[in-house]
Amino acid sequence: MARYPESPNEIFAREEEPDEGWRRPPPSNSLPLRNVVGDWAKANLFNSVPNTILTLLCAWLLWETVIPMTQWGVLEAVWRADDPAACRAAEGGACWAIIANKYRFILFGLFPYDEHWRPLVAMLLFVVAIAVSCVPRFWRPWLAGLWIGVFVVCGVLMWGGVFRLSFVENARWGGLPLTLFLSVVGIVCSFPLAIVLALGRRSDLPAVRAVCVGFIEFVRGVPLISVLFMASVMFPLFLPEGVTIDKLLRAQVGIILFTAAYLAEAVRGGLQSVPRGQFEAADALGLSYWKKTGLIILPQALKTSIPAIVNQFISMFKDTSLVIIIGLFDLLSTAKAALSDPPWRPFYLEAYLFAALIYWAFCFFMSRYSQYIERRLETGHRRS
Amino acid sequence: MTPEDARTPMSTQPSRTPDAAVAISLENVHKWYGQFHVLNDITLAVHKGERIVVCGPSGSGKSTMIRCVNALEQHQQGRIVVNGVELTNDVRTVDKVRRNVGMVFQQFNLFPHLTVLDNLTLAPIWVQKRPKHEAMKTAMTYLERVHIPEQAGKYPGQLSGGQQQRVAIARALCMKPEIMLFDEPTSALDPEMIKEVLDVMVELADGGMTMICVTHEMGFARTVADKMVFMDAGSIVEVAPPQTFFSAPKSDRTQKFLSQILSH
Repeated sequence: MARYPESPNEIFAREEEPDEGWRRPPPSNSLPLRNVVGDWAKANLFNSVPNTILTLLCAWLLWETVIPMTQWGVLEAVWRADDPAACRAAEGGACWAIIANKYRFILFGLFPYDEHWRPLVAMLLFVVAIAVSCVPRFWRPWLAGLWIGVFVVCGVLMWGGVFRLSFVENARWGGLPLTLFLSVVGIVCSFPLAIVLALGRRSDLPAVRAVCVGFIEFVRGVPLISVLFMASVMFPLFLPEGVTIDKLLRAQVGIILFTAAYLAEAVRGGLQSVPRGQFEAADALGLSYWKKTGLIILPQALKTSIPAIVNQFISMFKDTSLVIIIGLFDLLSTAKAALSDPPWRPFYLEAYLFAALIYWAFCFFMSRYSQYIERRLETGHRRS
Repeated sequence: MTPEDARTPMSTQPSRTPDAAVAISLENVHKWYGQFHVLNDITLAVHKGERIVVCGPSGSGKSTMIRCVNALEQHQQGRIVVNGVELTNDVRTVDKVRRNVGMVFQQFNLFPHLTVLDNLTLAPIWVQKRPKHEAMKTAMTYLERVHIPEQAGKYPGQLSGGQQQRVAIARALCMKPEIMLFDEPTSALDPEMIKEVLDVMVELADGGMTMICVTHEMGFARTVADKMVFMDAGSIVEVAPPQTFFSAPKSDRTQKFLSQILSH
């Protein structure tokens, strides 16, 4: 005769046995923190010999890097000093005083010192316009108007010559406003151009295709530096005498064309990823080429190519620093130029770190923003 | 008397008078993919309100044939006339034809970046220039006809295959076409979703729509087809009303095909 369990406890006890995990009490807040951390470390950091070695190695590396860096950058750093001698006296510490003393030059370059408020306001306007453009709710026709307005106001502020603002020629523009200007105009202009090039490369019309392929392959085949050189040195040779085109404009056009060629390939990648059925469905509904492209194909193609596009924008943002070779002073060049003041020269690391931080902030923003947009445009069709 | 008047719902008897207007006519149509003769001398007339079911082994040119009807593929020889418009290389004739012809694809081909409602209203607004509110009203009417008005705000990726295909049918209907082409509309569906799509197609057929369906759903064919067309190797082998087609197929190839697909 079968023996029945005598009490409910007996049943539970037997069923529990195969799985040890059942018995362990769930981690609760009442446990001492030490235990929780210890358990976690045991389970994740020291659960095998190789892992233990790796953990110790990482700990040692962190110790060797973070501690000296904190000492150099924070603990022993000189934050404020008008005299570089104070920095030299404090050996082993960062001299952030160079930033405090030179930040206006690094940010605004050779722009007349007393007029620095003008590039500052222009830059803030730019940043506000960028911020507004980033909000999908504001993607309305008036945004284009806003940008035109911002460009006009910024132009007035930077050039001056009207409203009792003194005239500043654009050879004296520099620093962050120049970097921002080159990048934003570069992005705004190269993007539509890239789309046209990408569509042209897939066109059924042989002439259009040849022009687009030729342009893309030519521009991709030369370094940006040589494009800038050509724009600044060679291009004027072909102009009729007396006609000059502004150097900044030439550099800007060079950057736009260069970026557009790369971007076109990113967009083409997106176009290729749109299934043929989408084209056929649009055709079957009677949509014309441009409506099909604008309403059906591009929205999907651009969405797929967002990572590649933003990659290109980030790369271009940093590549604007190459305009130094044709004598324009972008953010990196002004940081470098700030060091030409002999007493401050030893503290180049701090100045470059400052410039790098600004670059990083903008690039990081672009990267995060692209991720946000990707999430926002996700409509669940990948799942199926 | 129009064919619509003569038709009683769910009837299987062809009720068209022989002289009913021809909606689609293919005359000696040929098409090659390189050396491959994909359409070989296709001649077929579809009358207004007639429902044609095309079947045949894969690679027999069924899909290519109906894709030629709305110029998704170009034929290389012969004449295709749709609603009195002959398809030529002229873009305008293609546009004219596509305005009257709706198409439903095997893979649904809904626009994944648009909501269901936007999928339905896009072409009426942009191609037919209808006012937005009117297009939305029409869209909701057709969504109700395919029994999923509650999905209007969702994206295609959030729907099941059967629902997506019904949206695709509604999208085509929103253009108020006179002819509907179905290219294996249930082949990509899980078995339990096939019925919901076929039901919608039967309702559509009962409404008097001129239809060409490429499908292997023989039950559906028996219910709605006025004519069965059997194709093999790029040619039309047999055209017959479903009763004769299923009970007494003339050609050996048809018999073999039917025995293969009806045996299980």
